[in-house]
Amino acid sequence: MSEKKIDNTRRNLIVATTAVAGLAGTGVAIPFAWSWWPSERAKAAGGPVEADISTLAPGELQVVEWRGKPVWIMRRTKEMLEGVRKSDDKVTDPKSEVAAQPDYAKNENRSIKPEFLVLVGICSHLGCSPQQKTSDAKAEMGADWAGGFLCACHGSKFDLAGRVYKGAPAPINLEVPPHTYLSDTRLLIGEDKKEA
Amino acid sequence: MASRLMALWDWFDARMPSVAEEFRKHMAEYYAPKNFNFWYFFGALSILLLAIQIVSGIFLTMNYKPDANLAFGSVEYIMRDVPGGWLIRYIHSTGGSAFFAVIYLHMFRGLLYGSYKQPRELIWIFGVLIYLTLMAEAFLGYLLPWGQMSYWGAQVIVNLFAVIPFIGPDLALWIRGDYVVGDATLNRFFALHVIAVPLVLLGLVAAHILALHDVGSNNPDGIEIKKMKGPDGHPLDGIPFHPYYTVKDIAGAVLFMMVFCAIMFFVPEMGGYFLEYNNFIPADPLKTPAHIAPLWYFTPFYSILRAVPPMFNSQFPGVALFGLSTMILFLLPWLDRSPVKSIRYRGVLFKSAVATFVITFLVLGYLGTEPVTVWGQFGAWLGYADVATVAARVFTLLYFAFFILMPWYTAIDKTKPVPERVTM
Amino acid sequence: MKKFLAALAFLPLAAAVSTHASEAGYRLDHAPIDSTDLLSLQAGARTFVNYCLNCHGAQYMRYNRLTDLGLTESQIRDNLILTDAKVGDTMKVALTLKDGKAMFGAAPPDLSVIGRSRSADWLYTYLRTFYRDPKSPTGWNNAAFPLVAMPHALWSLQGERGLVVVAGKNHGPAEYRWSQISAGTQSTVQYDTTVRDLVNFLVYVGEPAANDRKRIGIVVLFALLILFVFAYLLKKEYWKDVK
Repeated sequence: MSEKKIDNTRRNLIVATTAVAGLAGTGVAIPFAWSWWPSERAKAAGGPVEADISTLAPGELQVVEWRGKPVWIMRRTKEMLEGVRKSDDKVTDPKSEVAAQPDYAKNENRSIKPEFLVLVGICSHLGCSPQQKTSDAKAEMGADWAGGFLCACHGSKFDLAGRVYKGAPAPINLEVPPHTYLSDTRLLIGEDKKEA
Repeated sequence: MASRLMALWDWFDARMPSVAEEFRKHMAEYYAPKNFNFWYFFGALSILLLAIQIVSGIFLTMNYKPDANLAFGSVEYIMRDVPGGWLIRYIHSTGGSAFFAVIYLHMFRGLLYGSYKQPRELIWIFGVLIYLTLMAEAFLGYLLPWGQMSYWGAQVIVNLFAVIPFIGPDLALWIRGDYVVGDATLNRFFALHVIAVPLVLLGLVAAHILALHDVGSNNPDGIEIKKMKGPDGHPLDGIPFHPYYTVKDIAGAVLFMMVFCAIMFFVPEMGGYFLEYNNFIPADPLKTPAHIAPLWYFTPFYSILRAVPPMFNSQFPGVALFGLSTMILFLLPWLDRSPVKSIRYRGVLFKSAVATFVITFLVLGYLGTEPVTVWGQFGAWLGYADVATVAARVFTLLYFAFFILMPWYTAIDKTKPVPERVTM
Repeated sequence: MKKFLAALAFLPLAAAVSTHASEAGYRLDHAPIDSTDLLSLQAGARTFVNYCLNCHGAQYMRYNRLTDLGLTESQIRDNLILTDAKVGDTMKVALTLKDGKAMFGAAPPDLSVIGRSRSADWLYTYLRTFYRDPKSPTGWNNAAFPLVAMPHALWSLQGERGLVVVAGKNHGPAEYRWSQISAGTQSTVQYDTTVRDLVNFLVYVGEPAANDRKRIGIVVLFALLILFVFAYLLKKEYWKDVK
């Protein structure tokens, strides 16, 4: 038997067969791995959600469910927006440099329309849902608290633009989901504005 | 790079030498006869199919729901909504039928070359146990899609247990866990199909292979190659399983996969034989389909079951014969009295018996897929009996005659002298 | 041995070409369907949502899957969704099982996989063999499926037909004499095309992945062929040692 001698034909053939078989093996693995992506049912259930914001009073928070997560829609008053301005120097990322929002919400109020804030209500730290703390909660949140959110799990604080306060365990601002206005009173969450 | 890998391997080998040891024992220094032919592919192919079924089965359980209200829908969910789900399901359904095709050919090889004969009786017994376990596995799995054929097939088979004298009705009730095949039945069949029976199957396969490697493989000449050893202590007619048979089996496996894929991608239903049309109708306990037949791999035995008329107001004889038709395989090593193993050196009696048996098995298999009226009726002189039923009875007798008469015809059969060395 | 193998390979094929008549013994017509004919599939989809989906659902089929037929989601929403369903929903039907049973005596079956449980030929024949029968509760009967609970849903297209069955002599095949009682909005040829398209669609709905399956199959077989060439050469290379 010639196993000890170096046999080029044999070695090349082994390499070639192994290579082709490796490719074939990868091909077989593809459908199995692929089957772990969301199914059509999951995609249909995770499709965009419409929200009616016509009855939302100034200062009020509305919660809708999108992909199993709470999405907050908040109609901010003028005072609230001023509060957001005041917290610029207290938050980690005042200019929203980290991409936690679509480009159309990368502005000082983190929203398309200054009035309406749309946020995924899931803490960027470890996935708890923060609670709303209005500006009345100064006793608990500090004398300069202008309203915002507090994550009860690990104490991260966010202002009324979903920006995280310095020193909080949460690394980045709350996420703004893709959303678009179908009309002045109807908001579609989960889908960017289609390029017409 | 290569030397790094070698160093890593040396590190591993120093700490766990048994891996290399077992590889040598079962692959690189397992000497197999060099004259294996076409028929010797099917053992390796069964292992391949076992692996295919386990992997595809695991992925099916990720989306399948063992619930009477959801099962049928979850299969359609897999076929439509799960990315690539249809492919995984077809792999599993085609694999089930292919498994039996390969196992039948593997068993037939044993019959041709006397692979069950002394000293390989135990290998054969483990093999028959694997076959019976596989039948159980297939039967249990067939309920899971919860279509009409699933439902009524399970209903009929479970009712077979009900005809066992005294304990029968209670036994059937216990198996179902309900008064009809229902959610409880589906749930327990699912558990057995995905975990319990596959574990048994794996154990039996290990035993089958270990028993084989202890005595060594038979070959188409039926010669014990260990009797003629060279100066190096290895059989003169033997070659190391690895690399010779690994490369050969890989080529065979690729060829087999081409046939497998051709069926799976172009005719996954195989004309209703691999996926029955009526199984695309959800299970309906109130309505039996006009014609029910088991999947093709059970039909020879189903024919035997149907062929036996009730006796003493009981169907038990039919069920008993049905059971006996599979159990009798265990006795094969002791029924065969021939001094030679391979059909190559046997006489005309054995050859005709095998030929008759093959025809018998195929005809019984065909009849099992059809209603008993398929060949029409005899005239008044035979009381208008169904031709197919009478045929099934004749072939049932032939089936058992093959085994029962074997001690006689193998003993008196004229054999040819067996050469000392294998022929290529 | 080789002959035995050949016989084994052909056994299923021989048996596969057996059923050519309905349970009632009516000879089935061949359905000239084509799974790659998108226009036919789209026409079938329109007939399906307009005539079938009122009573029958296709509860495993999603509307947005119809993009397979070369339609966009907005086309599907505008032309094929006649209910308030969303485009990602399945083709469910408002009629409940109980209502259906009360109305027709039998619940209208879900049609998701009807193309797989019934053959295309059967569906094609069945949908073209309704006739007026005053003895039946709905006033309709069917040659391929006698006493079917479903009335002729497409009758306004085909018109009303009558049927007289003459028993064959000496157990020979029965003779079917069709007559046109009133004309429908379509000619016979047009109606056959409508039914052909509908059956084409039902077969597609039965297995939406069928075309993908065949396409991928060709690639896989080709890849295996290449692998086989190398595996075979490797085997030959090693086995040249074995004398």
